[in-house]
Amino acid sequence: MGLHVPVPGPVIGLLLLFGYLLIRPSAVDSIEPTAFELLRHLSLLFVPAGVGIMVAVDKVRGEGLAIVVALVVSTTLAIAVTALVTRALMRRQARRARVNTPSEF
Amino acid sequence: MTELGALWVYLAATPLLGLTMTLFAYLIAQGIYARAKFNPLANPVLIAVVLIVAVLSVTHTPYQTYFQGAQFVHFLLGPATVALALPLYRQLPKLRRAALPLAGGLIAGSLTAILSATAIAMLFGAPRVTVISLAPKSATTPIAMAIAERLGGLPSLTAVLVICTGVFGAVSARTILNVLRIEEPEVRGFALGVASHGIGTARAFQVSDEMGAFAGLGMGLNGLFTAFVVPVLLPIVLRWVN
Repeated sequence: MGLHVPVPGPVIGLLLLFGYLLIRPSAVDSIEPTAFELLRHLSLLFVPAGVGIMVAVDKVRGEGLAIVVALVVSTTLAIAVTALVTRALMRRQARRARVNTPSEF
Repeated sequence: MTELGALWVYLAATPLLGLTMTLFAYLIAQGIYARAKFNPLANPVLIAVVLIVAVLSVTHTPYQTYFQGAQFVHFLLGPATVALALPLYRQLPKLRRAALPLAGGLIAGSLTAILSATAIAMLFGAPRVTVISLAPKSATTPIAMAIAERLGGLPSLTAVLVICTGVFGAVSARTILNVLRIEEPEVRGFALGVASHGIGTARAFQVSDEMGAFAGLGMGLNGLFTAFVVPVLLPIVLRWVN
């Protein structure tokens, strides 16, 4: 019986492991070698699914333009928005730190 | 030589063919990637996929036959996603130092990626399944595929779209960030990781370790954020349009 949450199972696994490491940081040393060996070849693991494009391509025929435009515009916007918002907030944090520091002494 | 021949006969006759092909194609692709000095355009996943699709098409082998063997590799995606907890845990000190700016940038950038991609695809009249497959494209591949599968998209299409997003981001980020006059390496790295996951992160590490570390953080956080937001947001967007 599942919990019927829409979040994918492996992501829940990720969070559980992350939480476990927060509670027990000493576990990092025993898990890390295995985890990094798996992650070193992460791109290999996408290949079987990627080959599935030969089946999927028939289903998305004629949508090439929509997909290319969506991908290019949205990725450009995502880079720009992430950078601009992060920088603006970092500058604000730095300004506040400068204002607050003298009073702490 | 005869031993190798016998081995090939054995492998070709069993589901192991798909497994062997996947491993060989990956090795060749890695070789090409190294020869190309790790240029993002020579992405090893893309090359391996092209090689295998070419062989399957020439030999008229159906995808299902290939996948019987390749599923053993595919299965490892789940454990590998869980393993992403370790690099994320390692980035924790960096996250603590600039938690608020990074959270703000993550939310703004991730929502931009998801909403602009779905909006543009819908404007072009793309069908539901394409829109769903496109929505998690800025998240790291295992997470994006799991989301697409869960919501009724095509995981294989998502895998290819995620890779293309990564390659495009890695190639174009420098120009975009220079136009915006973003100079801070941590901001440049973080934006690259949020928008184009592992491929962007690999690109960031070529520039500097600091940029790479923040890119890795951006990739991990956006993977998590996307996994929680897309399943909630996408049904609302799709319903609103219909």
